[in-house]
Amino acid sequence: MMRFKIVTSPHVLQNTSVGQVMRRVLYAMIPGVAALIGFFGWGVLVNLVLATAVALLAETVMLAVRGRRLALHLSDFSAVVTAWLLAVALPPLAPWWLTTLGVMAAIVVAKHLYGGLGYNPFNPAMVGYVVLLTSFPREMSAWLIPHGLYQPQALTFLETLRTIFSGEWPARFALDALTGATPLDALRTQIGLGLTVAEIRNSPVFGFVAGQGWEWAALGFLAGGLWLVYTRTADWRIPTGMLGGLAVIATVFYLIDPQHYAPPWFHVWSGAALFGAFFIATDPVTASTTPYGRLIYGVGVGILVYIIRGFGGYPDGVAFAVLLMNIAAPSIDLCTQPRVFGARRG
Amino acid sequence: MSRLFPFHGGLKTVRHKTESNRQPIQPGPLPRRLTVPLRQHIGAIAKALVQVGDSVLKGQMIGQADGYISAAVHAPTSGVVVAVDTRPVPHPSGLPDLCVVIDSDGENRWIERQPVVYRALHPSELRNILRNAGIVGLGGAAFPSAVKLNLSGQDQHLETLILNGAECEPWITCDDRLMRERAAGIIAGLHVMVHLLEPREVLIGIEDDKPEAIAAMSEMCAGTGYAVRSVPTRYPSGSVKQLVKLLTGKETPVEGLPIDVGVQCFNVATAYTIHRAIDHGEPVISRVVTVTGHVSRPGNLDALLGTPFAELIEQCGGYREKVERLIMGGPMMGFALHSDEVPLTKAANCILAASAEELTPTRPVAPCIRCGACVEVCPANLLPQQLYWHARAKEFDKAQDYHLFSCIECGCCSAVCPSHIPLVQYYRYAKNEIWAQEKEKQKAELARQRHQARLERLEREKQEREAKLRQKSPARTAKAEDSGAGGKLDIQTAVAQAKPQPLSLIPSHEGTGESEGEKTDQSLGKQDV
Repeated sequence: MMRFKIVTSPHVLQNTSVGQVMRRVLYAMIPGVAALIGFFGWGVLVNLVLATAVALLAETVMLAVRGRRLALHLSDFSAVVTAWLLAVALPPLAPWWLTTLGVMAAIVVAKHLYGGLGYNPFNPAMVGYVVLLTSFPREMSAWLIPHGLYQPQALTFLETLRTIFSGEWPARFALDALTGATPLDALRTQIGLGLTVAEIRNSPVFGFVAGQGWEWAALGFLAGGLWLVYTRTADWRIPTGMLGGLAVIATVFYLIDPQHYAPPWFHVWSGAALFGAFFIATDPVTASTTPYGRLIYGVGVGILVYIIRGFGGYPDGVAFAVLLMNIAAPSIDLCTQPRVFGARRG
Repeated sequence: MSRLFPFHGGLKTVRHKTESNRQPIQPGPLPRRLTVPLRQHIGAIAKALVQVGDSVLKGQMIGQADGYISAAVHAPTSGVVVAVDTRPVPHPSGLPDLCVVIDSDGENRWIERQPVVYRALHPSELRNILRNAGIVGLGGAAFPSAVKLNLSGQDQHLETLILNGAECEPWITCDDRLMRERAAGIIAGLHVMVHLLEPREVLIGIEDDKPEAIAAMSEMCAGTGYAVRSVPTRYPSGSVKQLVKLLTGKETPVEGLPIDVGVQCFNVATAYTIHRAIDHGEPVISRVVTVTGHVSRPGNLDALLGTPFAELIEQCGGYREKVERLIMGGPMMGFALHSDEVPLTKAANCILAASAEELTPTRPVAPCIRCGACVEVCPANLLPQQLYWHARAKEFDKAQDYHLFSCIECGCCSAVCPSHIPLVQYYRYAKNEIWAQEKEKQKAELARQRHQARLERLEREKQEREAKLRQKSPARTAKAEDSGAGGKLDIQTAVAQAKPQPLSLIPSHEGTGESEGEKTDQSLGKQDV
């Protein structure tokens, strides 16, 4: 007689893991990140590496403090994803302490103090970003002009490192020669000065559709994002809802007054819209989980982004919009439960 | 091709059908000793008709259907009854059950077999014949078929009769082989069902990974008006409610049965056993079972019920190395067995010997990241991650708000969970807890009623006594009346004395011992449905 182990069904499972999901998110970011590096220089890469190192360290310490299994939780790559999402959103020459502080706020406070992966109500990377944006607005708005990596105006890798870690700008450049307003910032301040959208868009900071350089990064994130949707790593409903919501409300205002309001394609292609739609709003832990709920959640983010951009105090609004919708997610879930098989329709 | 109505969710699973479906069905062994459980179906256990020492013939009834939802059990071969006692049986509970143990005389001597001319019979007579032939659903649920073949309680006409040949679980091929080789018998059995149910249409659903079976069945259906429908290979299309939806577009109501939407569904193997019973006078004493996985010669056996699994495995060349798990049923919904010393039953469609090669290695459980992969695949359209959340927190009422009992335990959610959470296990746990609580509530209610009845009885007796006394001596009664409500006082005393008793009537220790057995029965019964 043979004796056997008792394990409950199902006995055959699919080959999937949290680590795999998170790694796919990282792969999908590569095209956009490459474009950012190409246009904004080595600082983007330095930020990424620094943020990853700090995130892993903070994650390890917090897991140890909370008595969790290090190997299991470190191999889920969730801390790395948080680090990358935040790093991509920082100015390329952000001083090292800014990056470190943001990552700490994300991993220690927003993630682990709220119970760790799966329990945090707010998107950790966006909490880190908002903490920095509200505490250090000057440092956070020092965006580089997208000169391109191999232009003479570009910083070398060593110059970049020195700038980030010493805080001193290389002597051969004036600060103004390197940094400038982001396209959304330019649009915002110049509309305030009474210029029309068409006039503003003649400025060299703008490219074909949106900001020069920026639009290529956005294209990279769109490509990676579509791959995430294709592999079902991200739910199509969230980016569709968010970009759809943003496009619709932008169209409405554009039709009302095209002189004052930028066209919808500019909004969809600008700032963090595409990146946010595919990589930030889709964070499953903090988003809505029901199918309809995800669509509504996405639309909510899209509309809030437009409101903050157009009428709020910040040039871009993805981070705030996502955090605001994070608050709403549980209520959305409650109201959008799917009709169970066999339940009455209506 | 007629229109199909896809159900939500489901999975493309591994198939592993070719291991066992390339060889014809082989006859199973004739074991020296057969252990025949008296409960191989949902419902009341059959009443034993034999005693130790009795000689039995092949096909002789040894257990009688006890009550409406029950089924008869027969001797699979001729021989001598050597024991009637509890033995290990293949059941998710792992609990032993009452069995008739027969030592075979090796002669396979049949009872007198009487084919039935069913068209001449009254439907209830015909159903009785099927009941006495031990016909139950052979798809795995083993629900007594005679009950489902009786529509007299229904006010409406049967719209659709569905024959389920989907066989969506990986590894299992017994229905596939049966349809290829014995399509004529299946259709003959189907005729009997049609005669009893008079449906408006008859549909036969088969997954499209079985082209030979579809061809064989289509050929047999020519000119009958029965329609074979090829359905996409997508687990769990063979689950009754999903197949009904797929073929008719009708959704079985929550907590309802297909008959509520005018549909009745049977497994193809069940139809075949009806054919054997009616056209050959043979009760259910054998079934086709797939023996597959890590065995030397996987295949399908037409084996006698009561044959030990070990002998079926032996017939298929024995285990290959390092078999870790023995599963009855498929890998998605089947349950693991402690040992192979359990007998073949009507519910056993597959024996899967699994080694590390066939199984997914156990992986550590990570926190739920609410990714919603489970929502995408749930054929019941539930929110598995919410169910899990509440089941884990033991918030059973909230789990019920999220329709816990609509869960068919198909395992799709567990299979796709990136956090490797054993979701189905949590749902089973929650269901069992809820059933146990309901059982407790019923017990308490019963105890309360008993107590109430006792008080009433005491009062009645008291009054009767007093009435008698009054009749005997009017003088004393008058005196009692003078002294005030003596009778009432007595009743109050009786009430006061009785009061602590309800507590002792619902003693937790006494109650749990009893309820544990019952709890398991009920929960398991429901699970099978």
